[in-house]
Amino acid sequence: METILLQLLNGLDKGSAYALIALGLTLIFGTLGVVNFAHGAIFMIGAFCAVTLSKLLNLSFETIDPEKVDFLGNPAKIKTPYVEAWFGPDFGHALIDWSVPLAILFSIPIMIAVGFAMERGLIKHFYKRPHADQILVTFGLAIVLQEVIKYFYGANPISTPAPDAFKGSFDFGAMLGFDPNMIIYPYWRLIYFGFAALVIGAVFSFLQFTTFGMVVRAGMADRETVGLLGINIDRRFTIMFGLAAAVAGVAGVMYAPILSPNYHMGMDFLVLCFVVVVVGGMGSLPGAVAAGFLLGILESFSSMNAVKSLLPGIDQIIIYVVAIVILLTRPRGLMGKKGVMEE
Amino acid sequence: MSKTDLTRRSVLRTGAVAGAGLALPTIFTSGASAFTNEPMGGTVTLGFNVPQSGAYADEGADELRAYQLAVEHLNGEGDGGMLNTFSSKVLEGNGIMGKKVEYVTGDTQTKSDAARASAKSMIEKDGAVMITGGSSSGVAVAVQGLCQEAGVIFMAGLTHSNDTTGKDKKANGFRHFFNAYMSGAALAPVLAARYGADRKAYHLTADYTWGWTQEESIAAATEALGWQTVNKVRTPLGAGDFSSYITPVLQTDADVLILNHYGGDMVNSLTNAVQFGLREKMVNGKNFEIVVPLFSRLMARGAGENIKGILGSTNWHWSLTDAGSQAFVKSFGTKYGFPPSQAAHTCYVQTLLYADAVARAGSFNPCAVVEALEGFEFDGLGNGPTLYRAEDHQCFKDVLVVRGKENPTSEFDLLEVVEVTPAAQVTYAPDHPMFAGGALGACNAG
Repeated sequence: METILLQLLNGLDKGSAYALIALGLTLIFGTLGVVNFAHGAIFMIGAFCAVTLSKLLNLSFETIDPEKVDFLGNPAKIKTPYVEAWFGPDFGHALIDWSVPLAILFSIPIMIAVGFAMERGLIKHFYKRPHADQILVTFGLAIVLQEVIKYFYGANPISTPAPDAFKGSFDFGAMLGFDPNMIIYPYWRLIYFGFAALVIGAVFSFLQFTTFGMVVRAGMADRETVGLLGINIDRRFTIMFGLAAAVAGVAGVMYAPILSPNYHMGMDFLVLCFVVVVVGGMGSLPGAVAAGFLLGILESFSSMNAVKSLLPGIDQIIIYVVAIVILLTRPRGLMGKKGVMEE
Repeated sequence: MSKTDLTRRSVLRTGAVAGAGLALPTIFTSGASAFTNEPMGGTVTLGFNVPQSGAYADEGADELRAYQLAVEHLNGEGDGGMLNTFSSKVLEGNGIMGKKVEYVTGDTQTKSDAARASAKSMIEKDGAVMITGGSSSGVAVAVQGLCQEAGVIFMAGLTHSNDTTGKDKKANGFRHFFNAYMSGAALAPVLAARYGADRKAYHLTADYTWGWTQEESIAAATEALGWQTVNKVRTPLGAGDFSSYITPVLQTDADVLILNHYGGDMVNSLTNAVQFGLREKMVNGKNFEIVVPLFSRLMARGAGENIKGILGSTNWHWSLTDAGSQAFVKSFGTKYGFPPSQAAHTCYVQTLLYADAVARAGSFNPCAVVEALEGFEFDGLGNGPTLYRAEDHQCFKDVLVVRGKENPTSEFDLLEVVEVTPAAQVTYAPDHPMFAGGALGACNAG
């Protein structure tokens, strides 16, 4: 029972990341009709926004401490972060400690700008080209972006911890009447789940309850008719690209303490998230979210030792097995709509 | 109907002349060169095959720095580094046997096929007489096999799998780096002394050759001291989030988690294990402990504070105070501004050892170099007295047991040496079962 509860929590946690990335992918596909293989790279850039802010807040000046020596035996250089010198040690330290949550604010304008630049600079030239061309150009863009990140940040993962206040674990076991420490779950992962739910809710509310969202939904259903009504739907879709980039970006920022960011983390998520989108149904936002959580949970359960002993290697293929089954039984995915990618 | 003069005798005669004509260039070539890529002019070319792209690119960059430093020192530039402390004194800073050392580089991409392709190119197009480098056992085994076929020497870089000098050993291949068996033999007594002999271990293991041999080695060494192995779980390479492999540990009565992971997998699995509160957990009345048998300082940085107090092993560390280590750290640190990694150290040492073997043999012929390296005993290269064992071409030397430092004084000061395990304690018989199944074979000079 404890194992099942823990794997359920793991699944919700993994599913949160899948759902957030797949949501952005589906938004872009639904509005612009573009299959964006660079979306994983946007998630990765988001994580590196957290790394960048952390590095900026840690920018330091050096003073010589004659009593200590460095590895070459020279007088040691002691580094003091500027923020600690400017705002006092306590507040300066708190700023550095909270760099990941602060990076959400830092990343949103950056990610929107990245989204705009990608859409206006490259992807808009491929709207009327076949999906194969779009996949090739966005995949190439993803590789370029990850190599740029590697050039500046190196190939090794970079530790980006959560604030000290969230470093512990919550004991679900004690709360539910089990033995203490049997069902514990890290605070930050719980926060990530809550954050994902909040972002997903906000995106759905924005599309459902605002005039802008209504126009976008109308454009997704029938772009031509909305255009004939005199509405500049292209501009709105560009904004949606920026929004999708921001969603993936903040998902990456919050994921940084869970997995130390590295330049290929986007690629690791990309293929999985495409499977999520296909399983959920191309162009379906609720489908993407539901499939994200479903596949996250299934992936988690397939990693259980009992399951692996029955079906060795199942943890590595479960997502693709589910995708095959869904596509055979429901070719449009769980919530796919007729006519999407079926021309 | 036309008449032809074709007879059996004329066909034989024509064939013999044509055959001799075709064979002529080969005869001249083989007469001119006694072995593959024999250096003819005033230079000799070495091939540095390191990961310049992919997940181990930072480690590869550090290896390349070390190789460039070694070339400088061999050519008599810089401060000489470990040439000043090396017990063998045949290298005089005038290249190798008077030939200036030049080098070419290849990118292994940490993929066996790419590594073989780049090594092949350096041998066939650039005339490299020796190939060295790499940051993965899969790559090392693949390139070692290629070098054996091509007739050049392979001086392995960072490769820790038992197989490199076990079932996949080759006469033309040599490994200075330690191996998984040695990690187990060095680490187990320290673990037993610190954590007690009554422990239950749970292994998470990277699902490929290196992970398997490390799991086997550590389990055998700890079980011999009384530990129980509760479970061995294989994890896919590059799994990313290891939470679904970590949480089942909570449901067992294991009180030690052994992470047979390296690189990004090590960073992620260790970070996840700490996030799930394993280090604060009490099981069987004991503190839960995490062990990372193979530590890399470059990789440890990615795990940040999570490595504090974690025990592991390493081939070399820049904080060692012997004359050789200090000379190398001074050379490297002065040139690049930071201390070298263990990958840089082993690559630098391998280059010097190759050059020294050539100089002692008086020939670049791979078979002469093999003979010079087999059974060679040396000192002054940072690991104390060392033997290049003839039977398997594995170096036997002291192994360092290290721990993540609680109060680092700099970004490089992440590990502290808790014990230097003597070479005798990590030495095994050449026919040890963990290394069985292969044979060196005969050296190949091409």
